[in-house]
This record gives sequence, C-alpha cells and structure tokens, in this order.
Amino acid sequence: MDAIKLNLPLDKNELKKLHVGDMVLLTGPMLVFRDAGHKRLFESIQNNNQAFEYKGETIYFMGPCPAKEGEVIGSAGPTTSCRMDKYTPFMLDTGLAGQIGKGKRSQDCIDAFKRNGCVYFAAIGGAGAIYQKSIKSAKVLTFDDLGPEAIRRIEVQDFPCIVAIDTFGESIYKE
Amino acid sequence: MVEISTKLIAQRIAESIDKISCEVEDSCYKALSHALDIEDNKTTKFALSVMKDNFDIAIKEHRPVCQDTGMVVVFLEVGNEVFLTGETLQKAIDKEVEKAYTYLRKSVLDPITRVNTKTNTPAVIHLKQVEGKDVKVQVMLKGFGSENMSKMYMLNPAQGLEEAKRLIVQTVKDAASNPCPPVIVGVGLGGTFEKAAEMSKHALFRKIGSSNERKDLDDLEKELLTKINDLGIGAQGFGGKTSALGLFIEAYPTHISSLPVAVNILCHCSRAAEFVIKGE
Repeated sequence: MDAIKLNLPLDKNELKKLHVGDMVLLTGPMLVFRDAGHKRLFESIQNNNQAFEYKGETIYFMGPCPAKEGEVIGSAGPTTSCRMDKYTPFMLDTGLAGQIGKGKRSQDCIDAFKRNGCVYFAAIGGAGAIYQKSIKSAKVLTFDDLGPEAIRRIEVQDFPCIVAIDTFGESIYKE
Repeated sequence: MVEISTKLIAQRIAESIDKISCEVEDSCYKALSHALDIEDNKTTKFALSVMKDNFDIAIKEHRPVCQDTGMVVVFLEVGNEVFLTGETLQKAIDKEVEKAYTYLRKSVLDPITRVNTKTNTPAVIHLKQVEGKDVKVQVMLKGFGSENMSKMYMLNPAQGLEEAKRLIVQTVKDAASNPCPPVIVGVGLGGTFEKAAEMSKHALFRKIGSSNERKDLDDLEKELLTKINDLGIGAQGFGGKTSALGLFIEAYPTHISSLPVAVNILCHCSRAAEFVIKGE
C-alpha cells in the first residue's frame, strides 16, 4: 500500500484530501492521554481553569508501558476510542484537529469530525512494540499522578495508521 | 502428602509473566499468520501484516506485545495430596506479580476511587482441587479492550440453545472493532451466574485448532466460529475473512430454571501459559 506522509500539527487543508482507508504515516508532535486524562481535563474546563490547551493538536488515545533504561517509552499501542466519545464532539468543536485510537465511534462523533473538517485515524490495536519504535521522544506534561494515564507530549516519526473517519463523514467501520 | 510452597508457585508465575508479556501463544501466532495469508481486503491485510510484524519484534527484542499488559488471571489445580506451605496463595502471588511488573504497565486500580494500586495487584486467582500430587498452573495476562466487550446472559429454558447461539454471535458482532479482532471467544454454558463466567475465561486457555472432548460441543464450536467469521468484521474491524481465530466452550450442569451463557472475548494476541509443578 502506498502511504501518505503527513506532518503534525495537522493542516486542515491537507485533511480534505484524505479518504477512509488511506494509509498514513504521521510525523511530528502529538498529545497522549486516555480515560482519566479526559475526565480531569473536563473537570478543569468546568471549573474555568483549563489544565492545558489542545487547539490544533492531535490526541493519541494511549497509555504506555514504562520505558526501559535508555529508551524513551515502553510499548505504546492504541486503546479503544469509543470510551472517549462523550468528550469528543466538544473538543472537535473547540479546536482539536484529530484523534488516533482504535475502533468505531458514535454517530455524534462522526458528525463532529465532518462538521469541523477533522480526521479520526485508526492505529493498529495490539501493535504496542511497533508503535514504540515510531516514538522518538516522550515527556509527561501534567497529571503525573495518573501514571500510565498522565498527559504526555510525544514526537513520532512515520507513525502508521489508517484514515477511519474522514472529513466527509465516512467511516471505515460498517454496521 | 507432598509439600509445595506457595512462594515457588508464585515465582514460577512471575517467570511466566515476564515471558508471555513479550510473546504470543504459539497456536495464536500460527492462526494469525494464516489469517494474513488468506486475506484479500487490502487495508485489512496491511493491518494483519503490522500485527504479525509486531509479534516478531516483541518476541525478538523482548518487548511487551501490547501496552495493555493486563490483569493477571491464574487458574490453579491443586492435587489432593498436596500440602501448600508458606503464605496464602494470594499474598505470595501478589508479591511476585508486583516484582514482575517493572517494565509492564500497571493497570489495576480501585473501582471506586480509581486510584492505581501501582503494583498491578491483586491478581485474580481461581482455585480447584483435583486428584494427585501436582499443582497445575495456568496464567493469563488479560487485556481489557477485549474484556470490556464480554457479556453475560441468563436465559430461560424456553429460549434454549438456539437463543444462546444467537447471543454468542451477536456479542462478537456488537464488539466489532473494539476488542482488536480477530478475536478468540470463550463461552461458558450452564452452571450458575459466576460459574458460567469462570468457564468462559478458562476456555480461553485452549489451543487454537484443538478439539473439544465433547463431540456435541465440538460441533457447536465449529458452527459458531463459521457464523462469526461470516460476520465479516475482519482484523481491526476493517472488514475481511477472519473475525475470530478460535471459539471454545465449557459446559456444566445447570438448574431446571435457567441457561446461563457467558461470552468472554480475548484479542488477537493471547498471552497465556501453563505449567505443572510436580510434587515429589
């Protein structure tokens, strides 16, 4: 398969060229967090004290294994995205550019991706060792106490994924 | 009587955890390779090739196959001539699990406060007494992307086996892309509520390609596996020929009022091992 190379942060004009099923190699910075990170981010927003900015960012739903000595991160494959569905439309409406995870999304999410010209990428679930290799740096930004669920900034190179929901509202997952 | 220390059992479990977290069970590896060989869908074939490459890298470089290194599930069959010495099994096993989870993700937390135990303990331990002088140990690192998609049904006799079959297939259909398909399906039929669930987990230790000792259950396994693969979910839910690598059933007598049905789903990478500690 011919892969499309894309740089992060995502350019929304570039996203319009993508279609469901396209294989993409992502390079650049992304945010990493999952269930507990979303819950806490939303609590901070409700308290008018947003913990960190996500405008223009791409979020990878992932909680890594600890890094071995001399390595930047441990195994780092995607987690199930639908658990983040309740937070997603709001985040896309307020500037998030893309998400990476695994598995189908709600219709509300699909509509929000279309409405905002955003893309949902599917990483290959279970491929923790492969994704570890594409991560060049990693650091905890905040919520360190959440351990594997802390908010991280990572830099990836040629991170393989598939366009799972495109800007036209098409989804790779059929009913 | 023969003496076997719980510490020895726990240490052997810890050795297993180190090994299986970075490998994949052999029959599972072969089944996934076969799924890759026969797949026509271009995107799905790509996904399968990444999944297989991931197995190879993990094994070669001793890295966790998946970052979800799971909750530790242990099934123990203890011979009736064995006297277990030392601390309780729970204490001994938890101590060694904590040591084993250095470079493995610690995913276990309190269900109410959601505060991580930071040790990946406690392990979930199932204990059964059998005849003999040995202790048989089965260990699984169970990921929760698939565990979350598992289901339990309490059917009435009028609904019967036909409804059970429909619900087993429906459970895999509803799980769709979430549990990292192609999945492995464990089914518990009969017993009580918790017995069915326990059987559905234990069934996941069967090797892919093995036959059920009960002919009627073996036929049922084949029928359900075919129906599940006909769903066309495919690897990662991208559509394709292989939606499940295997389906295994355990059964137990049940009550005249009921037919408990438990469906436990496992992802495409089974991280499981079994060994026997011989009593001298």
